[in-house]
Amino acid sequence: MSAGDNALLSVRDVSVRFGGIVALDGVSFDVHPGQIAGLIGPNGAGKTTLFNCLSRLYTPNSGDVLLEGRTILDQSRHAIPKLGIGRTFQNVALFDSMTVLHNIMVGGHCQTHGDFLTNALRLPLAQREDRQLQQRAEELIDFMDLRQFALWPAGGLPFPIRKRVELARALASHPKLLLLDEPAAGLNHEEIEVLKGQIKRVRDTQHVTVLLVEHHMSLVMSVSDKVVAIDFGRKIADGTPAEVQRDPEVIRAYLGTS
Amino acid sequence: MAGIDKNLRWAGIVLLLAILLPFIPGVSDYRIFQLTLVLVYAIALLGLNVLTGYNGQFSLGHGAFYAVGAYVAAIMMDKWGMPYYATVPAAAVVCLVVGFLFGLPALRLEGHYLALATFALALAVPQMLKHKSIEYWTGGVQGIVIIKPDPPFGLPLSQDQWLYLFTLFVLAILFLCAWNLLRGRTGRALVAIRDHHMAADTMGINTALYKSLTFGVSAMYTGVAGALGAIAIQFVAPDSFTILLSISLLVGVVIGGLASIPGAIFGALFIVYTPNIASDISKAAPWAIYGIFLIVFMYLMPTGIWGGLRKLAAMIRARRNAS
Ligand SMILES: Nc1ncnc2c1ncn2[C@@H]1O[C@H](COP(=O)(O)OP(=O)(O)OP(=O)(O)O)[C@@H](O)[C@H]1O
Ligand SMILES: [Mg+2]
Repeated sequence: MSAGDNALLSVRDVSVRFGGIVALDGVSFDVHPGQIAGLIGPNGAGKTTLFNCLSRLYTPNSGDVLLEGRTILDQSRHAIPKLGIGRTFQNVALFDSMTVLHNIMVGGHCQTHGDFLTNALRLPLAQREDRQLQQRAEELIDFMDLRQFALWPAGGLPFPIRKRVELARALASHPKLLLLDEPAAGLNHEEIEVLKGQIKRVRDTQHVTVLLVEHHMSLVMSVSDKVVAIDFGRKIADGTPAEVQRDPEVIRAYLGTS
Repeated sequence: MAGIDKNLRWAGIVLLLAILLPFIPGVSDYRIFQLTLVLVYAIALLGLNVLTGYNGQFSLGHGAFYAVGAYVAAIMMDKWGMPYYATVPAAAVVCLVVGFLFGLPALRLEGHYLALATFALALAVPQMLKHKSIEYWTGGVQGIVIIKPDPPFGLPLSQDQWLYLFTLFVLAILFLCAWNLLRGRTGRALVAIRDHHMAADTMGINTALYKSLTFGVSAMYTGVAGALGAIAIQFVAPDSFTILLSISLLVGVVIGGLASIPGAIFGALFIVYTPNIASDISKAAPWAIYGIFLIVFMYLMPTGIWGGLRKLAAMIRARRNAS
């Protein structure tokens, strides 16, 4: 069961059942450091369920998830960002009353340690960590082009902006692996082009490996180094974008459901 | 950071005025005593506001922590002859621990169920205080009478003036700590938990621990208030800490302004003075008048007094800029 070929993420034979529904059925694949990996599949295929296993919101009924060769299934969910996994949510899960800046600073929570007492007395550690968090958040605000919204409460912002805030927040903890759940949903053509650039820059300048769930095929196929396709919880293809696009099972899954 | 300096300057001015307040000629000792109670309740409300306003957890039972703090002070002074100032940190520690321990299992309960569990606490505590087995300590139904402290170093102050200043001193420290707590990493985590629990977890916040600790800190503030209140009133008895106290505290938090620090002071003014004003207006039906006040306040200032004042200030500023 070693991750021999030094994969960053190994999904090993993962199955998840909800009552009678088999959401994931023995799914296995690897993601290597520095890759952008696409995860595709029709609605209800189990993509978000897999993400939820990777961030420990769900525990698989069987199988294992390894990060750098170590299982993460013995970790609690709040330990996951510390291990280096960051994520965004399909429906965007921001802290609505907080400003964009503070949302992103919360993203760096796991990088800091100041406890209640340290903060209540505002000891030097608390001040230093606050400065670090703010500095990192300011960098990401520029990186994601959010300067004009920095001091706005996240709740009132338009959906595409909220998605960018969420991406920035996920990057604040310097993740090794970034999970993006349908980052292009609700974006127009132009915004998708911008997103494409951002995803590549995340990988190239922030040195983050990306696992991308997306229905927008041209986006997935153009940014991904590899693509995994699942349907009804089972993996049906795994390869380069070109291979997966040609795969008869993938074509059938998509034609069959659309 | 300019905003932070400005906040501190304002707090300094208000503190200075508050120090001078009991020395205004013609302010009677009874008025000063009432103002001391305002400070006491402000501390309790701040504690409850950290829990409810910032962390989004409801408590209908904070009167219980107030009672525990009050009895810790009374028993220490009455039974052990401890000085009044020593009882304050003791009440803080006891209530921090009790609150944290109560928080641990209670936090498995969400929303309404947590409110019910705290409600049960508020109902049980006054009865438990009357129980035979601890009557030696608590004085049973009779309660405990304590002696009002004299000012130290022969300062030329009345007992009420001194107690006011002592309470103000404790309040200033606790408000400063709360402000620090809430503007930093911890405060952001508390609000994150309130806004989106699951996302807070996913950001690496140990939500269970944070919620229990917040419960502890909140109980600690309210317990300190209970101790200071007992010293000021010179008396504790189970019937001072009924469910009505818990509900008054919740009312004070909402009226003052949820998730605002200065709101605690306005909420305290409301819960100390409104019942008096109400019974001045109608001896027969003071609670009806109280209810009307409540409704009017919530109607005029739906985000609490502090929220209303901020809105007013913003309007004045906008008008000034326009002209
Ligand atoms: N918490 C849950 N309880 C019960 N069933 C669930 C739960 N979460 C997911 N499912 C079911 O598991 C299956 C997979 O859902 P999932 O959300 O993972 O699909 P998806 O691939 O992300 O789809 P989409 O593209 O529509 O987002 C669906 O049948 C869904 O109804
Ligand atoms: Mg999904």
